[in-house]
Amino acid sequence: MPTDDRSLTPERVLDAYRTVLRARALDDRRFVLNRAGKLAFIISPRGHEVAQVAAITALEPGRDRFCLYYRNFAAALACGFTPEELMLSAFARASDPSSGGRQTPGNFGSRRRGVIIGSSTVGPQIPKAAGIGLALKWRGEGGLCFVSFGEGATSQGDFHEGMNFAAIHRCPVIFFCENNHWAISVPQRLQVAGPGVAERAGAYGIPGVRVSGDDFFEVYRVVAQAASRARAGEGPTLIEADVLRLQSHSTDDDQRAYRDADELAAEAARDPIPRMRDALIDRGWLTPEGDRRVGEEVSREVERATEAAEAAPDPDPASLARHVYADG
Amino acid sequence: MAERNLVQAIREALLEEMERDPRVCVLGEDVGRKGGVFKATEGLQQRFGEDRVLDTPLAESSIAGVAQGLALEDYRPVAEMQFADYSYPAFNQIVNEIARVRYRSNGDFSCPLVIRAPTGGGVRGALYHSQSPEAFYCHVPGLKVVLPSTPADAKGLLKAAIRDPDPVIFLEPKKLYRGARQELPEGEAALLPLGVATVVRPGGDLTAITYGFMRLVTLQAAALLSRDRIDVEIIDLRTLRPWDIETCVRSVEKTGRLAVIYEANRTGGFGAEIAAELAERCFASLDAPVTRIASPDVPAMPFSTSLEHAFMLNPDKVADGLRRLARY
Repeated sequence: MPTDDRSLTPERVLDAYRTVLRARALDDRRFVLNRAGKLAFIISPRGHEVAQVAAITALEPGRDRFCLYYRNFAAALACGFTPEELMLSAFARASDPSSGGRQTPGNFGSRRRGVIIGSSTVGPQIPKAAGIGLALKWRGEGGLCFVSFGEGATSQGDFHEGMNFAAIHRCPVIFFCENNHWAISVPQRLQVAGPGVAERAGAYGIPGVRVSGDDFFEVYRVVAQAASRARAGEGPTLIEADVLRLQSHSTDDDQRAYRDADELAAEAARDPIPRMRDALIDRGWLTPEGDRRVGEEVSREVERATEAAEAAPDPDPASLARHVYADG
Repeated sequence: MAERNLVQAIREALLEEMERDPRVCVLGEDVGRKGGVFKATEGLQQRFGEDRVLDTPLAESSIAGVAQGLALEDYRPVAEMQFADYSYPAFNQIVNEIARVRYRSNGDFSCPLVIRAPTGGGVRGALYHSQSPEAFYCHVPGLKVVLPSTPADAKGLLKAAIRDPDPVIFLEPKKLYRGARQELPEGEAALLPLGVATVVRPGGDLTAITYGFMRLVTLQAAALLSRDRIDVEIIDLRTLRPWDIETCVRSVEKTGRLAVIYEANRTGGFGAEIAAELAERCFASLDAPVTRIASPDVPAMPFSTSLEHAFMLNPDKVADGLRRLARY
């Protein structure tokens, strides 16, 4: 049983559950739109949604900073992006709030929400988060920086450099590794020697925690603990959330080419969303009827978001050279 | 007003800007108690403390990454790369992250920081303490690149770079660090605008455009040529991106002959860009082919004195090139 979810009211958990469903439904729609030739490129959070939303629910959007990576579609929703905004990004429309249609969807950014604009290279957000953490420590207002990445990124030098810096300076940073065991087609055994990523924290003198990414309450608990540590000036924590990649790396990849059909079927049967639903029903916070109703509402939201984004205008070609420098 | 050499001018600019704006901070390897391997930050940590003058781990990617994090949080970091040759581990952070953050966020984020690095050779620094990598950074929209050659220019331009709303790569010719001294203005009077070249020596027969240590070498070459009654006009660009095209065009239209002198190896050097741009703009005024005088296309400057001399441009080599151009 969770020990530290007192602040998790049923309302907050149900709200998080709705965000998880939104992420899944929007993502499913994005894949349909991609196959119909309407969206160029998508990276799916399928299998990661519960872990992502649980982590953000334990933090304070508006106060904290979030250096997300390209699989953080559900985390972006939890940080306050609306379904329509994320669809605008998928369609690369002018009013995409992250980049005005400049970057591939998945590079989330919003200054007012504290979501630091991402890029498509793997790992550079990790030292950046250390620097943001240093600034937040200097400011002394108890804010923290959450930075997420896959296990593939932990092979990058930037993972070491960022962890090392943040640990030395006790920066208020939460390093959140979403280990889905695959970096495109390269399995974990060719990426990480030893049991996983969490053990590496010991070398930096900081706590390393491994958690089941399909357990909303456990992920919430370990992230909330890491947040308490960070806000109290005790420094960073490395969390490794064990998750499933239930979709190919991207719309340009087909994981059936390099993963066993049996393994894919077994993982699909372990989808974390039904597990979260069952946990809420067990607690008496949700009924099957309530679940059906939420699902229908989310479907309508996806419908509206898709229609609005599809109808929105593309960026003006004349804007190509804007925002290269401050004066342009 | 006191007389200062170039490295003292750098230190004075840092000191004045740190006193003016509490957001300005310095970070890098050995910048703290030691005061930098060239003494550019001498005494600053004693004056401003260990946070504002921060000794980083020996890891350039995180120096740039942390600086970016600080800039995103509205600090004004000045990061030191101990040698420009050692900026390459930070190349991804500089080129993919720092340079593009404004553009890729459609203007929502910006990254006002300065990366300082000693550049160039002639100091027995050999392959890895002598390189002139300015062309790599000049190629990148979103960056500004400054390369001063006098103490007053170094001070005024560094102050302006620190106040600039965009990221600036600030390259300091180490050969001139302990060269000629100048009286330096203080405070606001010292400021110089980025992007403005200076006519170092007026002349009517040919235009020599240069920057960095080559300004001094070209001045000495021009003195040799004046014995042959060849009157060279020398322009020191001071800022390479954006560079002062108008001043250069005016000169070439007057003289009809153009040589570009740069210390980096010839192929793909920034001088090639100057040559191409001015050949296009001034075609009708030219009486001779645009000439590049640059270092040979070998991997770098060797350690041995004889090989170093063979690599480096000197007044005789530059004078030979200018003479050929004058007689064309």
